[in-house]
This record gives sequence, structure tokens and C-alpha cells, in this order.
Amino acid sequence: MTTLQDAPQTVAPPEPSPGARPGAGVARTVLAYAALGAATLLVLLPLVWMVSSALKRDNEVFAIPVEWIPREFRWSNFVEIWDRVPLLTYLGNSAFLSVTIAFLQVLTGSFAAYGFAKVRFPGRDALFLAYIATIAVPWQAYMVPQYIMMQRAELTNTFWSIILLQAFGAFGVFLMRQYYMSIPDDLCEAARIDGLSEYGIYRRIMLPLSKPALASLALLTFVSTWNDYMGPFIYLTSNELWTVQLGLRSFVGQYEAEYAMIMTGAVLSVLPILVIFLFGQRYFIRGIATSGLKG
Amino acid sequence: MAQATAPGPARVRRSRRAILVGWSFILPNFLGFALFTLVPMAAAFALAFLDWDSYGTPEWVGLENFEQLIGDENFHVALRNTLYYAAGHIPLTLVAALALAIVLNRKLRGVNFFRTAAFFPYITSLVAVAAVWNMLFNPTAGPVNQVLEALGVAEPPRWTASTDWAMPAVIVTSVWRDMGYYMVLYLAGLQTIPREYYEAARVDGAGAWQRFWNITLPCLRPTTFFVLVMLTIQSFKVLDLIVVMTDGGPGRSTLVLAQLVYREGITEGRFGYSSAIALVLFVIVLTVTVAQFRLNERRNTP
Repeated sequence: MTTLQDAPQTVAPPEPSPGARPGAGVARTVLAYAALGAATLLVLLPLVWMVSSALKRDNEVFAIPVEWIPREFRWSNFVEIWDRVPLLTYLGNSAFLSVTIAFLQVLTGSFAAYGFAKVRFPGRDALFLAYIATIAVPWQAYMVPQYIMMQRAELTNTFWSIILLQAFGAFGVFLMRQYYMSIPDDLCEAARIDGLSEYGIYRRIMLPLSKPALASLALLTFVSTWNDYMGPFIYLTSNELWTVQLGLRSFVGQYEAEYAMIMTGAVLSVLPILVIFLFGQRYFIRGIATSGLKG
Repeated sequence: MAQATAPGPARVRRSRRAILVGWSFILPNFLGFALFTLVPMAAAFALAFLDWDSYGTPEWVGLENFEQLIGDENFHVALRNTLYYAAGHIPLTLVAALALAIVLNRKLRGVNFFRTAAFFPYITSLVAVAAVWNMLFNPTAGPVNQVLEALGVAEPPRWTASTDWAMPAVIVTSVWRDMGYYMVLYLAGLQTIPREYYEAARVDGAGAWQRFWNITLPCLRPTTFFVLVMLTIQSFKVLDLIVVMTDGGPGRSTLVLAQLVYREGITEGRFGYSSAIALVLFVIVLTVTVAQFRLNERRNTP
């Protein structure tokens, strides 16, 4: 497994000094692993509890003392939940929105980034500055005007509202531009001399070269759309349009005492993200490390 | 460039072409960006000076909305709660992220697995996070209070069921979720410290603690500054975690500014008034960020 590859390897490891006894090195390694294990376990404990509770009966979730491993694994929770809530619809809606928005963001973002990084024209840098400046403005400060616009356009309670508001973010342009800036201009110049148009350069040279950055952007956008709560909460009122986050939140509110079932839903809502994360984690970390944004 | 000296008309044609080509790349994104980000942003500014609710017609009222804000008790409570949240979330996340990064900054086989695991909470959805932590914080039989009781706390806090402890519960939850993200930034920062510094310090007989205070921390200052700015912005605009975890309650004990904007603007339809709150929120974030930049500059110029 390639994990956090880009989070680079090491600095000043507590290596045993030359004169140390050989036993001390082993003891140190064991101690270091113990520290790692303890820290990680502490961080993951709430998630362990979530999974464990998802496999219990409701009345076992709050047993005293805490049972970290269920006495009997109730896998049936994971079957029952599909009958209790239209989970398949919710998952489908979330997947549709996440894929559509990620696709549009990658497409328009990388296209615009090429214009900002490789085509020289007056006014370009001022325009890019405007893009950057908006990243610093909290979305919460202009959510009301956005809402008024969508209401007037009668797009509330449709997927259009979410897609239009989230697919053209400045973040994607910024991330892709950073990457394109690292590709030497000589490469484009050579292609121009060979008679390739700017669009040809974008399609034949930049896109293939920027696959890692495209993957970063696609994954980050997918995950943030999948996890988004406020957007769907504000705009999507019909049950059949709900995303998995809205569905889970409403389930929590409605069946407050069905602790185990709530945790089952929580596990199922996180599972797709876990799978995507494990496959694409290199790109996640790279995206965060190069941009430091998206928070 | 050699072409720069080309005679007038050809040059004009070329630069006009460059503008066209450049804009053709930017336009698909820019249309959406301008319409759904720039326009609402400008509108938010203007709305703050209008009296407008969802039924009436907009009317220019100058600073009236802001005058109303001064007397609005909800606004006072939300402002105080937001500051409370920031005062807890910023330092605790920073320390936790730094500690995690230092523990995970080792040359050991499999360390990447641990790093990945520590990052994972950051990408779990807030609804799931809130559901889990609300149960962990269950006042009667939740694991958190069971641990506290085992440690000898006779009457553990009632967390999200109590007005005094709901905000600490929210802060703990958000620190847990966010620390993995800032850990990644700190891990990157730690790589920039030259190893020779540590070796020299060891030769001079500096202990681990001294090395941390005199080498690691000062060398991490640029990272810490960046983390601090990001954390500040993130803290002041906190919204979704509050909405899914406590919805501002119990009472108004966790009501924050961004949530007040949502309630006044979208639930109540008071567009003008809510935009005034949003403007205050934006100005606070901007002021704090600019102040941080200033402080950082002053420290860097001895």
C-alpha cells in the first residue's frame, strides 16, 4: 500500500548513537511503535466505537462498562436498514451529485487554469487575483444572496442549484494552475512551433501530464460534495432528492433511540469515502500539500 | 520576445488573438464563477445596507441594520459563542496536530499506515461524526463519561445536554476531526528542518525537550503561521458542525454567527439584516487575518 507518500519520509529520527548498547536500539524501536500505535488508536477510537455499535442491538450500545467488541455480531442491522430508509435513493443522489460536480470542476477548472498559466494576455493576472481573493471569503458570508438567486430562478429543490453553485469553484482553478506553472513553458513553446494550437497543447500535452493533479482535484471535489451538508440542507427539500447526509441526519432526528441502526447508517455513509480514500490517498495528500486549502 | 518589436497592426492582431484565446479557456469556468460567486458576493455587500425581507421591496436604509445588530441579543450571544469556539478550537487543534505530526515523524516501517489512519477523521462526513460524538458524550451511559467516572469524577458533565458543556463538546469533536488535516501540513513543515541542526544540538548535549523548543518550534514558525491563519478562518465561519451536532442548543448555548446568518436570511427571509451579520462575520475574519500577517511580519524583521 502506498500511504501518504508525499508526506515526506523523515527528519532527525532518534537513531541510537554509535556508542549505545545494541539492546537500547530494539527497546527504542518498540517504544516508538508503542507511541505510534497508542496515538493512532486514540485518534481512531470514536470510529472503532461507531463500527462496533453498528453491529450491536440498540440496548447494548450503552452497556456499562463499554463493550468494545459486540457480544454477538448483528450483521442483520446492515440488511434491515435498507428497508427502514430509502438508503439506495440517497446513495444514488449523493453519487450523482458528487460525480457530476467533480467532473465539471475538473473540466472547467483545468481548462481555465491553462489560460491562466500558459496563455499571456493583458488583464490575466488581475483576473486570477480576483479568483484567489474569493477563496479567502467565507462562503457563509454570501450564502443568502445565492439562495435568493436560486429562489428567483426557481431552481431550489432541484439538483441544478447544488451543481451550479459548486461546480465552478475557484479552488479547482487555483489547484490546477499551481500544477501547470510547474510544467516548463519550453514544452508549450516547442509544441507551438510544431504547429499545435493552444487547444491542442492543452489536450495533447497538458492533460496527459497533469493526471496526478486532475486526480487530486477530482477526489477532493468528490469527497467534499459527498460530505456536504449545508448545500443539500438549504436547497433540497423533497425526500427523493436527499443525499445520504440529509437522509442520515433525518434518521438520527426521527429514531433517536435506535442507536445501533443510526451507527449502521453512519458506517454505510462513510464506507464509500473510505474505499475512495484508500485507493486515492496519494492524490488527497498531494492536493492538500500543494494547495494548503480546501478547509 | 523577438516579436515584441514587430510593427503595429500585426502586433495588435496578435495580442487581440491572445486575449481571445486566453478568454476562451477561462470563460466556461468564469461564467459560472462570476454568476454564482462574484455576483452573490457583491450582492451580500449591498444587501447589508438594505431593508429587505422575502415579501417587501428592497429599500436603502444605510446603517440601520447595523444599529439594530447592536441591540440584538441573539447577535451578542452568537458573537460570544463564536469567540468561545475559536478560543478553544484554534489552540487545541494546533497543539494536537503538532503533537501528532511529531509522533508520526519517524523513520519506521509502516509509519505511513499510521499517518493515513490519523488523517481519516478529516474526510468522514460531519453528520456521521456528529452522530458518533453525540453518543460518545451521552450524559448517562456514554463512553466519555464512563471513562471520567472511572477516573474518579463524581459528577461528569452532561455535555450536549447542558448549556455549560455543549460548546466544549463541540470543540472536542471539531479538534478530533480537524487535527489530521493540519498534521499533514506540519509533517511537510518538519521535513524542511535540516538534520544537521539536531546533530549539532546533540553534540552540544541538548536534551529532547531543549531540541524541541530551540530547533523544532522556531523552524516550524512559517508552518505554524499558515496553520494559525487557516484555523482562524475555519473557526470563525463554523456552521455545519454546529447545525448537525447541537443546532445551536441547548437554548442558545452553541448558537454561532454563521448560523444566525442562516436563520435570519434563509429561514426567516430577512435578507438585509442577515447580510449585515454576514458582513460583520467577514470583517472579523479579515481583521484577524490581516492582524496575524502584520504580527508575523514584525517578528520576521528584527
